[in-house]
Amino acid sequence: MIVGLYNYWIVVILMMIGFYIVIAQGNLIKKIAGLIIFQTSVFIFYISIGKVDGATAPILADQFSQYSNPLPHVLILTAIVVGIATTALGLALIVRIKEAYGSIEEDEIQEKDNQEC
Amino acid sequence: MLAHLPVLQVIVPLLAAPSCLIIKRPVLVWMFTLMVSGAAFLISIALLQQVLASGTISYEMGGWAPPWGIEYRIDELNAILLLIISAISTVVLLAAQTSITAEISEDRHTIFYALYLLSLAGMLGIVSTGDAFNVFVFLEISSLSAYAMIAMGQGRRALWASYQYLIMGTIGATFILISIGLMYQMTGTLNMADLADRLPQVANTKTVLVAFAFFIVGVCLKLALFPLHMWLPNAYSYAPSIVTAFFAATSTKVALYLLIRFTFSVFGYSFSFTTLPLQELFLGLGLLGIFIASAAAIYQTNLKHLFAYSSVAQIGYMIVGFSVGTSAGLMATLLHVFNHALIKGALFLALGAVMYRVNSVQLNDFKGLARQMPLTMAAIVVGGLSLIGVPLTVGFVSKWYLVMAVLDNGWWPVAVLILLGSLLAIVYVWKIVEVAYFIDPEPGTPQVSEAPMALLVPVWLLVAGNIYFGIDTRLGVQMAQSAAQSLFGGSP
Amino acid sequence: MLLCVAVAIVRMKDLLAVVMLLGVYGLLSASFFVTMDAVDVAFTEASVGAGISTVLMLTTIAMTGRNESAPPYKHLLALVLVVMTGALLVYGTMDMPYFGFAEAPANLHVAPRYIQDSMAEVGVPNLVTAVLASYRGFDTFGEVMVIFTAGLGVLALLGLAKPPKDGDAEIDLLHDKLHEQHLVLRVVCKMLIPFILLFALYVQFHGDFGPGGGFQAGVIFAAAIILYGMLFGLSTARRVINQPLVLLLSGIGAMLYGMVGVVSMLKGGDFLDYSVLLSDPIAGQHLGILLIELGVGITVASVMVIIFFNFAGRIEYLQRKRSRDKQG
Repeated sequence: MIVGLYNYWIVVILMMIGFYIVIAQGNLIKKIAGLIIFQTSVFIFYISIGKVDGATAPILADQFSQYSNPLPHVLILTAIVVGIATTALGLALIVRIKEAYGSIEEDEIQEKDNQEC
Repeated sequence: MLAHLPVLQVIVPLLAAPSCLIIKRPVLVWMFTLMVSGAAFLISIALLQQVLASGTISYEMGGWAPPWGIEYRIDELNAILLLIISAISTVVLLAAQTSITAEISEDRHTIFYALYLLSLAGMLGIVSTGDAFNVFVFLEISSLSAYAMIAMGQGRRALWASYQYLIMGTIGATFILISIGLMYQMTGTLNMADLADRLPQVANTKTVLVAFAFFIVGVCLKLALFPLHMWLPNAYSYAPSIVTAFFAATSTKVALYLLIRFTFSVFGYSFSFTTLPLQELFLGLGLLGIFIASAAAIYQTNLKHLFAYSSVAQIGYMIVGFSVGTSAGLMATLLHVFNHALIKGALFLALGAVMYRVNSVQLNDFKGLARQMPLTMAAIVVGGLSLIGVPLTVGFVSKWYLVMAVLDNGWWPVAVLILLGSLLAIVYVWKIVEVAYFIDPEPGTPQVSEAPMALLVPVWLLVAGNIYFGIDTRLGVQMAQSAAQSLFGGSP
Repeated sequence: MLLCVAVAIVRMKDLLAVVMLLGVYGLLSASFFVTMDAVDVAFTEASVGAGISTVLMLTTIAMTGRNESAPPYKHLLALVLVVMTGALLVYGTMDMPYFGFAEAPANLHVAPRYIQDSMAEVGVPNLVTAVLASYRGFDTFGEVMVIFTAGLGVLALLGLAKPPKDGDAEIDLLHDKLHEQHLVLRVVCKMLIPFILLFALYVQFHGDFGPGGGFQAGVIFAAAIILYGMLFGLSTARRVINQPLVLLLSGIGAMLYGMVGVVSMLKGGDFLDYSVLLSDPIAGQHLGILLIELGVGITVASVMVIIFFNFAGRIEYLQRKRSRDKQG
């Protein structure tokens, strides 16, 4: 069991590290970094699903007969693109937040908002 | 062409978005966007008729049969949602040009409309698709455009609200992605109908249970179900008024649709309501949401904030109806989805009109506004009455059915609590009425005139909808009933 | 290894180091993907995780400063939440089929048709391309729209009403000086750029047979232009690349994809059914895939360029504002 599921457990740990960074860190850039780790580990999980022992990459060739499952690869290609799109938008927001608030720390921004009220 | 309606519903707005860049002139882009949204509305009517006449429609993308290809699957539930979304979008767009001219600098109008269309197409895509992974893709189209549009609001708080929404929304979407991955791992398919066939065989595995839990959490983040609602009030308050009106009426409804679709159609009623204490959980959270969010609404001084909290409370009502777990309860929820879209669309659009003239939605600036903007304020009052659930408005209809559904189950304490929740709504609506009608404006505040027709007409269209469907309840009730019954299909 | 890097990122205070480690993380996961037979994914992850997102992060840090001042907070609650979620997931893994198990449900139901029949049905040796472009072509269409949305979003946030005029002599001088220092780099890159562009084209049109395709090609193509922009200064690059045109191109790429679908509808098939494009279904599939990959490539390349130029343009804008503030 340990050998069979080992890969998934590592993925879970990675996911949780990313998730932890997102919710526990106050720095906006680090939150985005956390999101990237979180998402990337989900990608690894998907690719793990499609791996077949003794198989090769899903590009047809005469000398191979067994291929890994191409479907998770396709899904993750899409998901990677979605991920970078989110990252780009998030970073653009951070740049504007820095200009407007002069800070990229969550608590400082919150404080400035509260003062205004 | 009729056979292509399901896909046209989504790709017409989707392809119109890049076309905006070619047109460039803001006014023309607006007219174009309005036409596209109108076309989507007509398509959704035609689709609803098709579904009612001939049952569920399936459309195979790329000519590949499901589950190998992606399928669009329209039944009564989807058709109703499509109709709500495209109708609200069209009415809101009528007011868009006037409202955003005041709130967004002109060189960004083209981008704004392109993003609006993308968001619309994203929501329509989520509702139409019959493929679990395709849901994720379109979810991200609608979310990314939503983040960008919210950030276009005035002031720096819009940026911060958008960032918070981005983080929460992405966590939610990633949870959904994990859940889809787990489902795929256990069944080998992504097609929803196929999943529904194959999940029962593995229903008692821990993996499927976890998949279900992750899906619920992810969707509830998007749904802003209490206590995961923290992103919503700020996002609604600081976005451009048009965006608020559009999202308040539609976006949480799309998340609710996903919840209903996956619990009933994919995981199946018996799995969803027996393996996890979902019923108790949702009932508790729904009621808590109603009370805490309504109480929070009472203390708000920014009216957009106030109605945003009220939205969180209304989501509570929908979830209570859902948790009843009977066809009647689900019907009440669907009815409330439809009605709440009309109510909040009207209210936020009216606030947009106030924003246009007064340039503020702080309660203090409403003093004496009833005399200066009588028609706009009257719209807010009717919307407020509907929100409370006064007879002859749509709000009454859905609350009535909700209470009946709850009583059917013998949950009379819940029914009492629902009515108590409405009392809280009276408090916060009265607060506005009091200020606007009975307090004189402070001397020295500039006089404002009534909002322009371009804003009043769409506001009153929605208000008229509130009254019309409140008196003539047949259409809404019939549709909700048949959709709810079809979801319950064979199960009791 | 991945674990070490991830833990290091949690502990690190210097944002620059975080970004660098994140790049390493991307590259490591890419190699991990290779060992799991996902070459296409690895290619993409390497160009995105270690390439584009690192560049974007760096430009952001250039504007926001690299030090994290406030200590992380909400420690305990977050930790509890994370541990609970993690425990739930581990609980879920208990009933999973083992890693690499060929008879796992995921590999039995839908996937075999892709492996066995796609050569006859689509006629493309790279199965990932076949599924991506044809069987699940609609997902990919959605993906292109996501990228397009991101481009518009960044433009809405960071775009400037008009590009700054080259009036500010002081800054320009500074830039020129900076660039003169990198003379060797500039010369080498000038020679490299044509090859990068050529490689992008190869990746674009070779995606049917080997790993690669529109997305990866688009990123590489954009990388060449970004490299040019970094080394020769934005104002020079702007003279070569016309921004409104690039924006238009990003729309055209998306339209091209959609139009392929519309044409197939007009020809009597379903949306994105390439088989009806030509009289021979396989040739039709080939044509369809070629066209939509081209659409993907165009959109991705132009959106990447838009994103980079607007990030970098913002730096320039801030510098000018600062120098103007100083003078004023």
